[in-house]
Amino acid sequence: MPLLTVDNLSVTFTGDDKRPVRAVDGVSFGMDEGEVLGLVGESGCGKSVTSLALMGLLPSRGVEVGGRVHFDGIDVRSLPARRLRDMRGSQLAMIFQDPLSSLNPVVPIGRQVTETLRRHKGMRGKAARERAAELLDRVGIPDPARRLTEYPHQLSGGMRQRALIAMAVACAPRLLIADEPTTALDVTIQAQILDLLGELVRSEGTSLLMITHDLGVVAGLCDNINVLYAGRVIEASSRQQLFANPHHPYTAGLLGSVPRLDAPRGEALTPIRGSINDTIDWNDGCAFAPRCDHYTMECLTGTPELVPAGEGHQHRCVNPVNLDPGPADADRHGHVAEGDNVR
Amino acid sequence: MSVLELEDLKVHFPIRSGVVFERTVGYVHAVDGVSLSVEAGSTYGLVGESGCGKTTLGRAVLRLVDITSGHVRFEGTDLAELSGEQMRRARSRLQMVFQDPLGSLDPRQNVESILAEGLEVHGIGRSRADRRAKIVDTLERVGLASNALSRYPHEFSGGQRQRIGIARALVLEPDVIICDEPVSALDVSVQAQVLNLLEELQSAFGLTYLVIAHDLAVVRHISDVIGVMYLGGLVEEAGADELYTEPMHPYTKALLSAVPIPDPVVEDAREQILIPGDLPSPSSPPSGCRFHTRCPWRQPERCDTERPELREVAPGHRVACHYAEEILAGELRPRSADVASDTPPRA
Repeated sequence: MPLLTVDNLSVTFTGDDKRPVRAVDGVSFGMDEGEVLGLVGESGCGKSVTSLALMGLLPSRGVEVGGRVHFDGIDVRSLPARRLRDMRGSQLAMIFQDPLSSLNPVVPIGRQVTETLRRHKGMRGKAARERAAELLDRVGIPDPARRLTEYPHQLSGGMRQRALIAMAVACAPRLLIADEPTTALDVTIQAQILDLLGELVRSEGTSLLMITHDLGVVAGLCDNINVLYAGRVIEASSRQQLFANPHHPYTAGLLGSVPRLDAPRGEALTPIRGSINDTIDWNDGCAFAPRCDHYTMECLTGTPELVPAGEGHQHRCVNPVNLDPGPADADRHGHVAEGDNVR
Repeated sequence: MSVLELEDLKVHFPIRSGVVFERTVGYVHAVDGVSLSVEAGSTYGLVGESGCGKTTLGRAVLRLVDITSGHVRFEGTDLAELSGEQMRRARSRLQMVFQDPLGSLDPRQNVESILAEGLEVHGIGRSRADRRAKIVDTLERVGLASNALSRYPHEFSGGQRQRIGIARALVLEPDVIICDEPVSALDVSVQAQVLNLLEELQSAFGLTYLVIAHDLAVVRHISDVIGVMYLGGLVEEAGADELYTEPMHPYTKALLSAVPIPDPVVEDAREQILIPGDLPSPSSPPSGCRFHTRCPWRQPERCDTERPELREVAPGHRVACHYAEEILAGELRPRSADVASDTPPRA
């Protein structure tokens, strides 16, 4: 049985005077124990809102959440608030993008780490402090005993993110959700943090849901990847398949847009035209159609379904690309040659 | 021919303390002796992590911050010695594109007025209609329709705003454009559009770019020559291909190996050089080589005491490391990185 099943999750923000905005529009995926799953997409695709909905962290007013979330067989969304609080921090934990604003600036690091231990493990005093020091040491913070007495502003960005990771893994959660954990960090620090996350997941067998906009980050870390666009999963696959053989034009377009450090120089980038604002409602067709080079009239007739294409590979496109990859039409950049999918 | 030349450029910011009588208690060495030259019509990419002084350097070239010492020569004229008025005039030929397209555009000015401002200040164009024609023409070059004229920055998407920022620089027909993180605020699909636009404009107008960015892949994509900065100093400079294929400074090596590549095959096969710790404070930079506190190849004595000069090791390849050749030849082995320690592993 999968550890986490998300079924048709939707989140709509409703304001009194505004048009409702559907940020997540029917997201479904599953995660196995120990799996590292990447949720990739650009700003506004609903990846962060999905994670907040999973954790039950969205405000109750002005937000409508639909669909089902099962964690270890338990229906998380129908849990009473008390039970959910017991679960958060012990079984489910989360790391946020900005380590400074996720820490309380007026409370020493030590008290913030021991808070989780007190709440969920009932540890007190010296035992809690010792365990906290162990945790800081585990995530690679030097001189942990001293750091426990320091305040967040005294730590560097990388150290703060390590402290947050220590808090998240304090109770050995079964699922860790990391929302852009390295976006605020420099590349050399990012490499340290990704290394740490990968190592924690491998040694503790924790499942990791990695939310990021950076295709490079998921390429190295994730087992499987879901690509989101306009609130829906548009492609889901193993990382090898996704990068070698992207089926959805959006995925292919993303890969063609990223300058690669190891690419031969002088190779032009193939951007996706328009921006995320150029979208249509999923009910009317494919939300990506206005930006897609491969759209046909068929794309504008109702929501495309997520269809399987090979082992563990699914895409939501009626004119998929790279279905039969020959050397000519699927180069290593994943961009698509002209006339690739004449139907 | 080099159009822009920096010689031993230094920008130090005073740190002040005291409530009534402010005293200067120290300096942040933001840019600490950088010499480089940018060839006409080429792109010089400056990379480094936050706090390395790359943005300050870009601003110092335009004298948007005060230069402590050193020279900035633009076509032979030392910008550091110009009077305020002369410098203001020179700025029509040296323009800047900023990182945050929304923050650098006045929300209460429409696009026409944003672009007309520079023209008016520099007295370009005889009449309003003349200027408008020029603005429409420039907008078209950056891929915006003329109906953008009367619209305001908030009505545009991030990528379009950056196009407006580029148009604002371009409308003055500058020779040099300094781009400070031109695409880092944009989504990847839009990033590629703006990068392609910058390249297009360069070949159309023969522009010279100084591109400042933290993203090595972006910089490598558009630059001819790349300079790597660390704590206010240039540690390595080479052609874009050479820097990637044969990095010689340990920091460059670490930086290159830290950039994730969107390809699982490559990622799995890569050997990462993790450098321990964080950037030291630029107000009290380490003695000797500034990178010695984090360097996996650090040697006793010399690295701690003697600051390495940026020296030419091959034509067009400069590096500031005492042991660059030995490291390249494999005579020195790196210590295995003790990942997260603040203090360097002792030899």
